[in-house]
Amino acid sequence: MKKLIIALLISFASTSVFAGSHSPCGVTSGSINILANEFTTYRIFMDEVKSCAGPDADFNVTHSVDHNKLQVAALSANPAEFSAKLVTNGSITPLMNDGLIRPLDDLVAKYGSNLNDNQKITIDGKIYAVAFMANAQHLWYRESILNDLGIAVPSTYEEVIAAAEKIKAAGVMENPYAGAFKSGWNLGQEFVNMYLGHGGEFFKSGSAQPNVNNEKGVAALNVIKKLTELSNPDFLTQDTNAVKEEWESGNVALMHVWNSGAASLLDDEGDQNIKADTRLAPSPTVGGGNKPATTLWWDGIAIATNTSDENAEASFRALVGAASSTDLANNNPNATVWLIKGYTPGDTAGPVVDAASRGTTPYPSFPHMSLMHGALSTELVEFLQGNESAEKALADVEAAYIAKATEQGFL
Amino acid sequence: MPHKTFFWFILPTGLAMILFIGLPIVSSFFQSLHIETEQILMEVENCDPFGCKTNVRVDVEATEKLRQENPLGRFNGFGTYTDRNHLAFDEIGEAWNTSSSMSEFKDIVLNLPFYKALLFTLTFCFAVTPPVIILGFIVALSVNTLSKIIKGFIVFGTILPMIVTPLIGSLVLFWMIDSQGIVGASIQILFDDPNLSLKASSNLTWITLIIYGIWHNTPFAFVVFYAALQTVPQDPIEAAYIDGASRYQRVRYIVIPHLYPVATFIMLICLMDNFRVFEPIIGFSAEGVAQSLSWMIYQDLRNENKMLFGSAGATSMLTIIGIAFLLTPVLIRTWKEFRTER
Repeated sequence: MKKLIIALLISFASTSVFAGSHSPCGVTSGSINILANEFTTYRIFMDEVKSCAGPDADFNVTHSVDHNKLQVAALSANPAEFSAKLVTNGSITPLMNDGLIRPLDDLVAKYGSNLNDNQKITIDGKIYAVAFMANAQHLWYRESILNDLGIAVPSTYEEVIAAAEKIKAAGVMENPYAGAFKSGWNLGQEFVNMYLGHGGEFFKSGSAQPNVNNEKGVAALNVIKKLTELSNPDFLTQDTNAVKEEWESGNVALMHVWNSGAASLLDDEGDQNIKADTRLAPSPTVGGGNKPATTLWWDGIAIATNTSDENAEASFRALVGAASSTDLANNNPNATVWLIKGYTPGDTAGPVVDAASRGTTPYPSFPHMSLMHGALSTELVEFLQGNESAEKALADVEAAYIAKATEQGFL
Repeated sequence: MPHKTFFWFILPTGLAMILFIGLPIVSSFFQSLHIETEQILMEVENCDPFGCKTNVRVDVEATEKLRQENPLGRFNGFGTYTDRNHLAFDEIGEAWNTSSSMSEFKDIVLNLPFYKALLFTLTFCFAVTPPVIILGFIVALSVNTLSKIIKGFIVFGTILPMIVTPLIGSLVLFWMIDSQGIVGASIQILFDDPNLSLKASSNLTWITLIIYGIWHNTPFAFVVFYAALQTVPQDPIEAAYIDGASRYQRVRYIVIPHLYPVATFIMLICLMDNFRVFEPIIGFSAEGVAQSLSWMIYQDLRNENKMLFGSAGATSMLTIIGIAFLLTPVLIRTWKEFRTER
């Protein structure tokens, strides 16, 4: 955790010059074909990648919110559908499990002279990805609404719930809270946050046996239930992008979404009154815990194994050019927390740095974590609808996980 | 038709069916008997912006070697079919022994993923098919009486729901029933309940999906009935008219008996189509409350980071068996009618 803060502090001081002999930009041979998630910060990053690749490059990018579901199939093909993938500490594990991304040490040595050391994601001594941003979910609030009702900025989920109840009781808003509770990956992620916030461990130590059906799991679910009762009744269909729309429509006073959301929430489009009233706050703790109930993420670039060396080099050059572009970071200081050398953090970086400094757990990178996340995605819905007990829902999660992990050969 | 002529006539179709339907089914069946090879884990040191720590990862080389030796994976027999995510024999056995009442047993069984999906699939099938046949028939009768000038436009308008891609059609409706959409907001005003949401409750979502299913399928029934209406002989109708039969009586005693085999055909196709209901679930983001068998296959192949081929294969096989069960009564009936006609 400390590394991130130190890196950010160093970023303030150092200025950047391309020190290496090889400048990465201006690609003329090989084709670049990238698969990436879809949100505004990635769009900004990709514009830089494209301009780094230059006008002569064969450049393609596919943005999709379904990138996690596509990546394994797309990169398993030989030759792979995509030469590069933007990964996170969550989505890199399925690719690592099957050996679908290649070690980058040679390319980093050749083109990565301007990278910070903490951008290099090393696994077993080899660099498999180059990170360019850090991200975390945290609290957002509408300052005027909290001020009018005399509510202090909540620092625990218990206070968030009390604040939302007060706003609702005052008749200011019908559904004052919002979170990405869409059944599927988003809902699973909410549970991951809340369970880690309660100090839970997903697996019995040293094994792939699940470990969520316990007091901490039940407590986490009960907090989520409370929050959904203060959310739009359609919460099971709302992903992060839908929640941001609710925010921009002025229907919500408190929400827990990604720091990178600032790129679209604080831009010049939409209702400027709401924008001026939008404030960011650290992620709350829950149940008396001392770590914020959220997870730390890095986003980075990875290159497919099943692509030609020529395409791999072309893709890496364009991507690493953007991932070490001080201009990109400093022209968009509020788009996210960049890990790029020479970056001066903007006003919105605070909550992520706060999360890192308070020992927030990074998203777990066990090879079988994606199966656990998948089981959480589908089995929690009935509890949130009030059709079954928290214990039953968690028992279902474990049973569904065991069936899938057995089929995958983890158990 | 002599057998030899029939053989040569059917040969190209038969070959194509074996190649494109038979072999894939056999291959899915084989895959469903296998599960992935064991994943060999090893401890490694990982470093990222948040620090270094020891973690486990899959030993790719060792696992790949195992995979090379057994490309199909480990043989698991019917283990995948009977696991919790499919027929769940163990869980049902346990539920039978531990539950104190029938309704408790029912709750436990319908909470298992396969049976939950089966319940929705069957409900959808049987709730959609009869209204589709009745509505399709009524629409066909009405359109048939229209004057020639406007008939073309009306027919086109009527079959629009079928022309629209199911995913797009359901997305359009999804936005209309949103609490801020035209239908959703009207319903809130109508029932004077600002919290009423068609997407929030499972019952209302099921009803929405069923209404969508009827809307989407009726044009098919209409087209077939409309074509069949053109073959109704005019002589008996005129005779009945002269005898003083009302319009209802003419339809009831001449048209309906004539269209009966057509109705069976429509029912067959509709049941088959609806049993593999899938697109509206995605379009309406209804995965949380309504899962179908096809959706389970999609989930295995798409929603996991890693494709669960064995599980998907097993669900496919069970779906095929389900369709066979569903169609048997209709097919037996058709066969009997065929025999009596000869």
